[in-house]
Amino acid sequence: MRLPCPICGERDRREFYYKGDALALDRPAGDADGGVWDDYLHNRDNLAGVVRELWHHAGGCGAWIVVTRDTVTHEVHGAERVGKAKA
Amino acid sequence: MRVAGKGHTDAAETVHFTFDGQSYAGRKGETLAAALLANGVKLVGRSFKYHRPRGIVTAGSEEPNALVTVGTGGGQDPNVRATTLEIYDGLEVRSQNAWPSLKYDMMSVNDLAAPFLSAGFYYKTFMWPKAFWESLYEPVIRKAAGLGALSGDINDDIYEKAFAHCDLLIIGAGPAGLMAALTAGRAGVDVILADEDSQMGGRLLAETFTVDGQDGADWAADAVSELAAMDNVRLMTRTTITGAYDQGTYGAIEQVGHHVARADAPDLPRECFWRIVAKRAVLCAGALERPIAFPNNDRPGIMMASAVRSYLNRWGVAPGKAVTIFANNDDAHRTAVDLIAAGVKVAGVIDVRADVQAMGDYPLYTSGAVTATKGRLALESITITHAVGTREIRTDCLAMSGGWNPTVHLTCHMNGRPTWDETLLSFVPTDGSIPGLTVAGAAAGHMSTLGALQSGAKGAAAAVADLGVTAKVDVPTAEDDPYRIEACWQVDGKGRKWLDFQNDVHVKDIKLAAQENFRSVEHMKRYTTQGMATDQGKSSNVAALAVLADATGRGIPETGTTTFRPPYVPVSIAAMGAGSQGHGFAPKRLTTSHHASTGRSAPMIEAGLWYRPSYFPAPGEKTWLESCNREVGYVRDAVGVCDVSTLGKIDIQGPDAAAFLDFVYANTFSTLRENRVRYGLMLREDGHVMDDGTTARLGADHYVMTTTTAAAGQVMTHLEWVAQALRPDLDVRFASVTEQWAQFAVAGPRSRALLNTVLDDPITGEDWPFMSCGAVSIGGIEGRLFRISFSGEHAYEIAVPSRYGASLFRLLVAQAEAMEGGAYGMEALNVLRIEKGFITHAEIHGRVTAFDIGMDRMVSRKKDCIGFAASRREGLLDGQRERLVGLRSVNGTDKITAGAHLFVEGADAVSDNDQGYITSVCWSPTLDSHIGLGFVKDGPSRLGEHVVAVDHVRGVTVTCEVCSPVFFDPDGGRVRG
Repeated sequence: MRLPCPICGERDRREFYYKGDALALDRPAGDADGGVWDDYLHNRDNLAGVVRELWHHAGGCGAWIVVTRDTVTHEVHGAERVGKAKA
Repeated sequence: MRVAGKGHTDAAETVHFTFDGQSYAGRKGETLAAALLANGVKLVGRSFKYHRPRGIVTAGSEEPNALVTVGTGGGQDPNVRATTLEIYDGLEVRSQNAWPSLKYDMMSVNDLAAPFLSAGFYYKTFMWPKAFWESLYEPVIRKAAGLGALSGDINDDIYEKAFAHCDLLIIGAGPAGLMAALTAGRAGVDVILADEDSQMGGRLLAETFTVDGQDGADWAADAVSELAAMDNVRLMTRTTITGAYDQGTYGAIEQVGHHVARADAPDLPRECFWRIVAKRAVLCAGALERPIAFPNNDRPGIMMASAVRSYLNRWGVAPGKAVTIFANNDDAHRTAVDLIAAGVKVAGVIDVRADVQAMGDYPLYTSGAVTATKGRLALESITITHAVGTREIRTDCLAMSGGWNPTVHLTCHMNGRPTWDETLLSFVPTDGSIPGLTVAGAAAGHMSTLGALQSGAKGAAAAVADLGVTAKVDVPTAEDDPYRIEACWQVDGKGRKWLDFQNDVHVKDIKLAAQENFRSVEHMKRYTTQGMATDQGKSSNVAALAVLADATGRGIPETGTTTFRPPYVPVSIAAMGAGSQGHGFAPKRLTTSHHASTGRSAPMIEAGLWYRPSYFPAPGEKTWLESCNREVGYVRDAVGVCDVSTLGKIDIQGPDAAAFLDFVYANTFSTLRENRVRYGLMLREDGHVMDDGTTARLGADHYVMTTTTAAAGQVMTHLEWVAQALRPDLDVRFASVTEQWAQFAVAGPRSRALLNTVLDDPITGEDWPFMSCGAVSIGGIEGRLFRISFSGEHAYEIAVPSRYGASLFRLLVAQAEAMEGGAYGMEALNVLRIEKGFITHAEIHGRVTAFDIGMDRMVSRKKDCIGFAASRREGLLDGQRERLVGLRSVNGTDKITAGAHLFVEGADAVSDNDQGYITSVCWSPTLDSHIGLGFVKDGPSRLGEHVVAVDHVRGVTVTCEVCSPVFFDPDGGRVRG
């Protein structure tokens, strides 16, 4: 698999570290309800189809990126840096 | 035998090789199969299950039978296909799966017992008793049924891995692939042309076709020359594309050194595993000829018609003296014409079709079929039926052709399913199965030479057009004969009709599977083993499907195919793991004091990727414990020196550095004064402890954080995540400086005295109180000094740029030794910190909270931080949780063990009664007792209680007293002194 780093260009997936669903970007407020934190921390949909995932270009420029890809076709639709993206 | 005037290798030098100890002569570079046939050797192996005598069937990588073992010892290569192995002088090969010899194989009794060994017999026969399966049945079956084996010795051969990138990857260099490469190469794009053969040309090397009025092999040679002269084209011979993966990545195995003797090229790797990334690809993998399942169609001497032409036309070898041909298509006649032209006798052509004409002067039997064969170790005769009767024909080579299967495998590697073509009577690739890959030539069902050339050129032109390049399609003239075929999958008659030669699967096995309701093609495969092992049923799968379709009353398209998965050919694990053996498995990180430590005979232990000294043995010491106790004494009584450079060091700067640290640490750092150090606790967002360490404030906007050795990488990744994703509003930058600074702990009552012997300006207790830090000068070198302690003693850590680390360590140790101290290692460091109840990742192992380790007070309520919200959850603040305590062996002398679980006295040592567990243990010379740290339910309320530590793994049971984790100097007077 190859992922398009917005800074470095397309690279082998071995250069990247995987974190998980991009909803980790939407950190709740500290005083948010316990259920909101549960959803943020633990609850994930196991989607077959287009997903937005967090990857870290650990073996490259160090950028955290949101990759949009399809878990059925494996097609990668694109990637953007996390600072510019929200879940 | 050799045929004068035929073949492309008659100018090659003569080499000698051995097969089962017998010496033979051959031509350098020809395949082992060609050389064996040239020497009249027909019997080359025994079959997997029944140990039937088997010979060479094909002339390519799809070979099911002719598998041999090359070499001996660690470098022994089993299951090498004789049809692809190029011979060289001194090559030694052996047959497989036969004992005591290939001709007299004891296990051939299996063949007589065949009625009892039908498909699924393992499942039915060896059901009971269950315990016998692993101990008796499986080992015996494995020994009896098998292929070649590895030696079990360490293999010292060199293997490699590599990456390559290109605009266009062309897979296969037959007429379609060469034409595709010429078309794309002339258009100037970056091309890789890969072919598994040692020579490019594909079937043009094995047929008597002409291209552009020129001999086909000569045209191919000219094309290769033209391509070789192009800077934008890379030619990769002996390279098989093994798999198609996401985003245009292809796996490939290059046979780099198998064709030369090791002694002639000691530095040459055996194989190289490639990952080739291509913007576009054209699959020109050709087609594979398939056998016909007629009775006893597996005798040595029965082979594919295309293989007979390969041996004759390319290698100049006739596989028999009186050749017969059995086919359902025109290839039969082409084979006869080529043989007769070369002066080889054709004893008859048996064509299943009624309406065909002979293309030359040979006996033709129409509406024919081979119904029986004779010959124990080699074919002697065949019995046929035909339009006007039956007859027996004496023959030592039968060439068969059941038609051609386009090589669709790679197009199925990403879940693609091939499409049945009723005209070709085979599967063809389905368009769009692999993004960016198009198929050309016979692989796409274009069976004539002209069809291959045209589709190759058009496929390449279309692929480069996608990349914005225009290519000119200019195709030479070539034959364009129609492909005429009539279905013939099996012939009735007495005897087994073999489908999968490698796994000994015959027609009746498939029918049995269907009868027992293993009707799905995937179930049939598992039940019969059809299509497994090294050839993966390349030549047999389609015929087996046809038989299954017939047996289940379905059509072939409805029956479908099994799933083709990578790799297309066997890939050695050594190639995939190249570079990762021994020290290549993980990089070694060495501290600047490494050589000083090993010079003092310190055993080194691994801490992540780092190597750290365990202890420094002194003369006369017999055990590590003696050394460790002595080193603990240095620190408690005098001064010790320890390299702590492996701790992660992260330099953090920026106007918002303080705010950033407040967010990533549970406690507060914005209030830390300059030139002061604070212990920090870092949580994960789920409220559990991630890591701990000290962070020093060097300036208003400048901090240096330390992490544990183990979590340095994880913390760095985490900080990047927080800064980039969660707090992009903060203006802060950080960099790992772990390797830039060498850092040494100087610990013990005489630590300040020692430092004052090396510092340019002496320090005092007033200037440097506990938890202070700042710049110092050591022999004119700018360094950093931190008054921190991981031992509970008056201690410092001194840091210098790494290039001065080695000399500073030697200097500090020499000064310490002059003060009745010295270097200490990890064992002593561990004892010192357990005596003080300081935690490491043995305690903060991922399931504990700040509350559990007694540090909940550190979690600031005045600010938000990572993990704050989750750390407030009721269940994580429950007093009944397992919480940090000290544990002391009640009698002091019984050794307690890490990993032991804790139980109330008198309770059964079962999980329902579990009260907690021990995480760290040591012998404390300071307290003269075995002590440890662990977690006990509601531990802080149970101080003084006795619990029983049970270690089921080591068989140790010890009564312990629950106590405070701070065993030594609980008031901390020594550290501040």
